[in-house]
Amino acid sequence: MIRVVLPANLQTLAGVGRVVELEVSAPITQRSVLDALENNYPALRGTMRDMTTKKRRPMLRFFACEEDWSDVSPDAPLPDEVVSGKEPFLIIGAIAGGRR
Amino acid sequence: MSRVRVLVGTRKGAFVLSSDASRKRWDVDGPHFAGWEIYHLKGSPSDPQRLYASQSSGWFGQVLQRSNDGGKTWESAGNQFSYEGTPGPHVWYDGSPHPWEFKRVWHLEPSLGDPDTVFAGVEDAAFFKSTDGAQTWSELPGLRTHETASTWAPGAGGLCLHTIVIDPSTTDRMYIAISAAGVFRTDDAGKTWRPANRGLRSNTMPDQDAEVGHCVHRIAMHPSRPNVLFMQKHWDVMRTDDGAQSWKEISGNLPTDFGFVIDVHAHEPNTVYVVPITSDSHHFVPDGKLRVYRSRTGGDEWEALTNGLPQKDCYVNVLRDAMTVDSLDPCGVYFGTSGGQVYASADAGDNWAPIVRDLPPVLSVEVQTLP
Repeated sequence: MIRVVLPANLQTLAGVGRVVELEVSAPITQRSVLDALENNYPALRGTMRDMTTKKRRPMLRFFACEEDWSDVSPDAPLPDEVVSGKEPFLIIGAIAGGRR
Repeated sequence: MSRVRVLVGTRKGAFVLSSDASRKRWDVDGPHFAGWEIYHLKGSPSDPQRLYASQSSGWFGQVLQRSNDGGKTWESAGNQFSYEGTPGPHVWYDGSPHPWEFKRVWHLEPSLGDPDTVFAGVEDAAFFKSTDGAQTWSELPGLRTHETASTWAPGAGGLCLHTIVIDPSTTDRMYIAISAAGVFRTDDAGKTWRPANRGLRSNTMPDQDAEVGHCVHRIAMHPSRPNVLFMQKHWDVMRTDDGAQSWKEISGNLPTDFGFVIDVHAHEPNTVYVVPITSDSHHFVPDGKLRVYRSRTGGDEWEALTNGLPQKDCYVNVLRDAMTVDSLDPCGVYFGTSGGQVYASADAGDNWAPIVRDLPPVLSVEVQTLP
């Protein structure tokens, strides 16, 4: 079971808590995790990646095992700790608020 | 007994304000979608329980919400807004070409007769339609591909299509407004469009009366007189009597003719409301006084409406989608401010009172008059 940590606004949108657990088919990559997340929670479609290009939205970051995976290939295998469920995959909103 | 439901979009969520016809005591429900910018909410004229809301965020992009119970509960709808074909460039602030990019939905206009049909005005400017209750969206590309589109440039808020007005006597005829391209009119339900800006003058353009390029902030129509439209332009308050084939200025004795909102009394087609704002560099009301101005003569002659509104130390703005009228008698008038107040008048503007004082900055206000 893959664990994914969501930022507050996406928790509200999906109607879930901070952590969601997902069944994800191998290979376990950012792409497959985000695909599974969107399939389980359709309200999240388009909020993390561009709907068409699947490119990460610029104000979001993806972290795993204390590493920034944001610019790593979406098809690269995620760490074993994420695959085993020991560590979560984190979706983080950039610290860029305040103007509004 | 009739009642009213006021739909308020703010920088940090949506609020639903409800009252009976007296419009004296209000129930406040919200925030819905807390933390998200709600540019606009609007109900279907043919099914008032059907509401649509544009929810957006600089982090998470565009979301569309739909309610089937008057805003008690909401469900996510479709949020894929794809331009038809490969969009060409428009003009950027510095005059350079800039690719057309979808950013957000500014305005939702449900059709007059079908609750599942709704139009969306978006940034970068384009006109979208859904016929399945906002589950899927298709662009009507005739507007964005108009021969003048490559010359359109954004206003300070972006290149946004912010106003959609449907002619109730001929619903294939619609008017839209874009900052800063101007007004366009369609007579074939959005397939083709033509600029409708003759008579406008804008000193922000090298050719001050050019066919397009005017920063129109808002247009409004009374349904009984669809050939007459009123406009609050960046500067100037304008009127057309011929379906936007020509415009004339009606600013008259206003203290300043800069502003964003304009609306028409529900039962008096010649009674018009604006909220003058100091200037394009001072986006707050003049002299620290929040004053709605009303013309009962279709423009030119304006009176200040101040009873119940702050008349000192007030420096709020009222944005373009943040004024509306109900259809009770006497007509109710509502507006929201950048300071988070929503004011209501139950007597056509003679007296005002705040419904709420401390919401996040208000982006839009709509009202539904319910049986």
